[in-house]
Amino acid sequence: MKNIIQKCKEIYIKNKIIIVVLAAIITLVLPVLVPKSYFMGIMCRILMYATLAGSLNVINGYSGQMCIGQAGFFCIGAYCEAILATRFGINFWIIIPLAGLVTAIVGLGISLPTLKMKGIYLSIVTLGFSEIVRLTALNWESVTGGPMGIKGIPTPNLFGFEISNSKTYYFIFLAIAILFIFVTKRVVKSRIGRAWLAIREDQLAAKSLGVEVPKYKAFNFMYGAFWAGVVGAVYAPYVRFIDSTFFTLDEGFNILSMVIIGGQGTLVGPVCGSVIVNLLTEVLRPIGEWRMVAYAILIIVMMWWRPQGLVGASDSILAGDKGNGKKLEKSKQKGGGAHGVSVRS
Amino acid sequence: MGSLLEAKGICKYFGGLKAVEDVSMHINKGDVFGIIGPNGAGKTTFFNICSGIYTPTKGEILLNGDKISHLKSEQIAQRGMARTFQNIQLFKYMTVLENVKIGFHIHTKTKLWDSVLHTKTFKEDEEFTVQKGLEIIDKVGLSKYTDTMAGNLAYGIQRKVEIARALALDPQILLLDEPAAGMNPQETQELMEFIKILNADGYTIAVIEHDMKFVMNSCNRILVLNFGQKICEGTPDDVKSNQQVQEAYFGKGIIAGEAVK
Repeated sequence: MKNIIQKCKEIYIKNKIIIVVLAAIITLVLPVLVPKSYFMGIMCRILMYATLAGSLNVINGYSGQMCIGQAGFFCIGAYCEAILATRFGINFWIIIPLAGLVTAIVGLGISLPTLKMKGIYLSIVTLGFSEIVRLTALNWESVTGGPMGIKGIPTPNLFGFEISNSKTYYFIFLAIAILFIFVTKRVVKSRIGRAWLAIREDQLAAKSLGVEVPKYKAFNFMYGAFWAGVVGAVYAPYVRFIDSTFFTLDEGFNILSMVIIGGQGTLVGPVCGSVIVNLLTEVLRPIGEWRMVAYAILIIVMMWWRPQGLVGASDSILAGDKGNGKKLEKSKQKGGGAHGVSVRS
Repeated sequence: MGSLLEAKGICKYFGGLKAVEDVSMHINKGDVFGIIGPNGAGKTTFFNICSGIYTPTKGEILLNGDKISHLKSEQIAQRGMARTFQNIQLFKYMTVLENVKIGFHIHTKTKLWDSVLHTKTFKEDEEFTVQKGLEIIDKVGLSKYTDTMAGNLAYGIQRKVEIARALALDPQILLLDEPAAGMNPQETQELMEFIKILNADGYTIAVIEHDMKFVMNSCNRILVLNFGQKICEGTPDDVKSNQQVQEAYFGKGIIAGEAVK
């Protein structure tokens, strides 16, 4: 597995320009080549979830915090768009960054009281947060329309072109995904990204080197939430109607499964995860609800076989000793097991 | 030369356990200051208080005359105190250069928009970290390991990487917690010389160490702790001839007395 990824990387670095140009052409021509709205719908989903999973990956993969309530941020972004567009008639393009900012502020609100929490404890808080957001959306009728949802969200306009079907919407999702990857790549490769990685790898050491751990953790949460909010804002006019059932915990786990399967701690990981999970969803449609079982099995196999995900950061704490092939540790564990048996007998 | 780091009546209790009890000391600028004591004497606890990982139960720490004992460890690091850890806390899955680059955190100031737009600040920062990082790695003598993953290095070399990373902060005072642990005699000798070079370059160094030869040869002042209490502070000769120190290490009584002679 490691060798395959290594080879892919080498090929990519050698033919970088050709591959990028080819990919650009294919993605741009795709709606003309395959104009079926079913297919373009899937492409939209893939791109949307790639960005969502990417935003979660910033939190889970880069700074090592365990957030599983990304659906909550997604929900806030979508409702922001829907409310501002239907009630106040604000332009779609202005709402996108606005929704992102609102979500980022909510992200800050989640992050501040939980700065000292780690791992599973933080996950439970974010899980609860996600449910709180959904229940608020369900019950705050005067603002969110309660169980009736918000109907008739206006479709966006770009220089007079109405963007209303999946074929045209594809380009918005594509632009957001590319913008996300571009910006995140630059952030991760800078001082900020280094601070995040330091926190993920060893918090104590990061502190001793003057990295303001609380500040960077909070900022990391805000950054991840911002993009989830942006995707939410783009999603609302795409489906035209939103209600709280769109943003259940299942949705959060769906996003999480993409991050875990695709790979944490790399930019390409969540994209891979999104492609795999969304295609799998289509392939497994005939078996209905049973596909949840298929996801679960996939996640378990993944955690066991490659904890950092398919194309995740092999050279990180996420991969553990398994990913880095430390035979010494393995033999120690075996020794421990044998000892355990002898004690029992 | 005033005192750079000063401790005034430091106490640290963990419940009923008095890990550090009323320790006062001062480190002058340009010192190589050794802290010794039997196992469990509270040496590392004392270091942790100095570097802000613990807050003291009583007493205060002054760095350059400013009280720092209420600050967080990252704030103390920003004020110019760097440290290494007894059980190495490297970023194991990063290369040596990446490890050192993180050490430059407090000397760079790239903001979000700088990194997104690749502004001048970003470019200057990146250039600065790489160039200075390579310089420090070269100084520590790890040039051939620049791109090796830190976790794959030998124990003694990992210790050096940790020192390199701490040096990236360009600290006023460097706290080394058992830097020679796990090193063979030759590596220890090299480390001793390296510390002397660092000291000559103007770094003030405080070091916890069990290796007496190391401490007596490289430190100009020594603090001895036993059961959390200070029993002696002074030059190596003072410490060697101190009655209490001998008792702490060899025990009391006629036989122990003979052992010392």
